[in-house]
Amino acid sequence: MKVIEVTTATFENEVLKSDKPVLVDFNADWCGPCQMLKPTIEQLAEERDDIKIVSVNIDENDDLAYDYDVSSIPCLVIFKDGKEAKRSVGLKPKSEIIKLF
Amino acid sequence: MYDIIIIGAGPAGLTAAIYARRASKTVLVLEALSYGGQIINTPDIENYPAAMHISGYDFATKVYEQAQELGAEFVFEKAVGIKDNGDTKEVITDDNTYTAKAVIIATGSENRKLGVENEDKLVGRGISYCATCDGAFYRGKKVAVVGGGNTALEDALYLADLAETVYLIHRRDAFRGDEATVNALKERDNVKFIYNSNVTKLIAEKRLTAIEVTDKNTQEVTTIELNGLFVAVGRIPENQNFAQLIKLDDSGYVSAGEDCITNVPGIYAAGDNRTKSVRQLVTAAADGAVAATEAVRFVQEH
Repeated sequence: MKVIEVTTATFENEVLKSDKPVLVDFNADWCGPCQMLKPTIEQLAEERDDIKIVSVNIDENDDLAYDYDVSSIPCLVIFKDGKEAKRSVGLKPKSEIIKLF
Repeated sequence: MYDIIIIGAGPAGLTAAIYARRASKTVLVLEALSYGGQIINTPDIENYPAAMHISGYDFATKVYEQAQELGAEFVFEKAVGIKDNGDTKEVITDDNTYTAKAVIIATGSENRKLGVENEDKLVGRGISYCATCDGAFYRGKKVAVVGGGNTALEDALYLADLAETVYLIHRRDAFRGDEATVNALKERDNVKFIYNSNVTKLIAEKRLTAIEVTDKNTQEVTTIELNGLFVAVGRIPENQNFAQLIKLDDSGYVSAGEDCITNVPGIYAAGDNRTKSVRQLVTAAADGAVAATEAVRFVQEH
């Protein structure tokens, strides 16, 4: 699967109502560590069918960042059954991101 | 076996890789996280010769690609120790052991934490170590910066343009950083100075809502309501894994001069983890060139 770009308009359907657990990657174009993390996130999306992986641009969707208390990026949040299950802030190696699932 | 193993793929390590490859030595670069090091947090580099207005990420990517194109090998594993066998050295990672004739330690440094309870839990929920990365989240809000060096002062000035109020909290009565920046801060109406004080408590519900600050002299405790706390109390060199073998100074930096030579023949230190007075992108790159040249000489002689 590919990483799905999610906005305020599609967040509820794609994330909160998802059957599968969702990994949300909050990021921005100006954020270097976010760019560093991107290939890992894309790789995970290709490898894992059991999880949906989505990306939220916080500049274009600042209300989502506000609603979910994201104040440092990159920020990865796992949603299960519409609720936040786990969170990881900052650039992390793949081995640590897998532990979030 | 490699000629040279470089630990760390920041500007110092990557530059060392370029120089060592141009001297036709086999090179393995070990990196725990991702290439680039600390510079990837910088949105705009303005003080590196010839590189006007380039992001830290783009800069790091270019140097990484340059080192790769010249034939340096990269393995993303964390080095946890070095064993010195004289003419050869073993570098031990989480998963493997690699052997080389010479080793360059270019591990850089990490943010020093405040050491206040719940700090780790609130990272990304009000606590930040990088004003230029996270300042945008605090537009029109109340923030504090802790620290007294140049990073703290520059962070406060950066945030003064975005935030409603910036408290600058320092444990001494005078700043160590540049006077010009201090003066610029004093001209800002929205910057409030709190001297001789430490942050002693973080108050949070879902996210940080306030801090307690204790005056060192009077022991008076003040509660400040705010949205964000930027911690700029210095950095810690990442040399702990090599401390048994490599001589460090009192602050934990590798004791090595401008020649980057450590107490162990064939092992060199380059970049922010070395004892030095100026820690900048250009001095990290310079260290990489010097350390690689010394390492190449060592390999040729042994």
